[in-house]
Amino acid sequence: MNALLGIIHRDLLLVMRRKSEVLTALFFFVIVTSLFPLGIGADGALLRKIAPGVIWVAALLSTLLGLQRIFSADYADGTLEQMVLSPQSFVLLVAGKIVAHWLVCGLPLVVLAPIIGIQFDMDAGSLKVLILALLLGTPVLSLIGSIGAALTLGVRGGSVLMSLIVLPLYIPVLIFGAGAVYANTVGLDISGHFSLLGALLILALAFVPWVSAVAVKIAIE
Amino acid sequence: MSQKNTLSNKRFMNWFRLSSPMTFYPVAGKLIPFFWVLAFLFGVAGLWVSFFVAPIDAVQGQGYRIIFIHVPTSWMSMFIYLVMAGWAGLGLVFNTRLSSMMAQALAPIGAWMAFMSLWTGAFWGKPMWGAWWVWDARLTSELILLFLYLGFIALQASIDNPRRADKAGAVLVLVGVVNVPIIYFSVKWWNTLHQGASISMTKAPAMAQTMLWGMLLMALALWMYSIAVALMRVQAIILERESHADWVRQLGEVKS
Repeated sequence: MNALLGIIHRDLLLVMRRKSEVLTALFFFVIVTSLFPLGIGADGALLRKIAPGVIWVAALLSTLLGLQRIFSADYADGTLEQMVLSPQSFVLLVAGKIVAHWLVCGLPLVVLAPIIGIQFDMDAGSLKVLILALLLGTPVLSLIGSIGAALTLGVRGGSVLMSLIVLPLYIPVLIFGAGAVYANTVGLDISGHFSLLGALLILALAFVPWVSAVAVKIAIE
Repeated sequence: MSQKNTLSNKRFMNWFRLSSPMTFYPVAGKLIPFFWVLAFLFGVAGLWVSFFVAPIDAVQGQGYRIIFIHVPTSWMSMFIYLVMAGWAGLGLVFNTRLSSMMAQALAPIGAWMAFMSLWTGAFWGKPMWGAWWVWDARLTSELILLFLYLGFIALQASIDNPRRADKAGAVLVLVGVVNVPIIYFSVKWWNTLHQGASISMTKAPAMAQTMLWGMLLMALALWMYSIAVALMRVQAIILERESHADWVRQLGEVKS
């Protein structure tokens, strides 16, 4: 447990030392969502309708931007090898790195989303659902993304390749996340969407750190 | 007792012997013509049934006949993904080179099947639904399956070290296999219009017997074709990866 907290603390410290990378991903989120009204027009009813989808897709893409950073620097300077060799369980260390990624790239999206939502003229109820759905969904994005990041470690054109690998796997989260908000606006029951998002999160939590650890070891060999 | 042991050992040895690229290469060479002949025979029979024997559909007229290529390619695209995952898993667990080569050889075939299924589906959809493409569950999941194939091919192609490429690809395919049902059901949830599955295991098929035969024969033809092409691709991959080995240099086709 100490190792887990230790690695989270270390990764967060590294991010704080160079804030620009993280802020870039957040600005990307804000800019992409602001582009949609410019492209589609300022029709309030239409914007309200597409808001959940736009915010979720932008969240998917901006999570993708930060993924490479989970392992790449540690891979380049050999820290990752030392982690594999250390007596601590490597799966736990990988889990810690994923948590750190979510705290840096996922959680700020949850905080920013309502502001974007207001720009799209969403009502208070929808905003609440959006925040909750993002809170359940973004950890899954970080978890699944870590597999792609580990598989493409040190590969030519790694970041583009990673998006090709990871985005298809993000589809269920997108469907249920955006679906929950949409269902709420048309007055349908949203508990099913949240149960499924929760199920995805539990499934990903149980298996992904382990798979990512295997993938990192393959890259290091 | 001891005799029995050696016997079963021998049988095992026979199977494992084939897992070496050196022994498998000539065996594959002998099997390829056999599967081509089978693919040709099933193909001719399937096309004959589907064009001349199967009746004209009451609602869709002659246009429905594209089903005989559309449905078998969809089946094969899904089946090949499972087989590929099986080989990749074997390669990851037992560290056998040949299994990973099989997975690598199957990926482009599966991707082609998925593409063909989408392409013929578009041609079928235009006259029947009046649209090349609708965002329905089965179309969308087939498209995502194609993306998964492309991701695997791209990942394998961009890693230089073949051993690492094999293992990384295997992890990706296995993650994909777990995700395919999740993706399928999530897309279905979100789904709109499409006719229900025309063949189900539980109830009698809602189509003429001859149509079913046509589809089965075409599926068999594509299956044999896939095996033949996979074996040819495996041979090429073996030659490429084992080009340093002595036995490859001794081969007639390499020398000339």
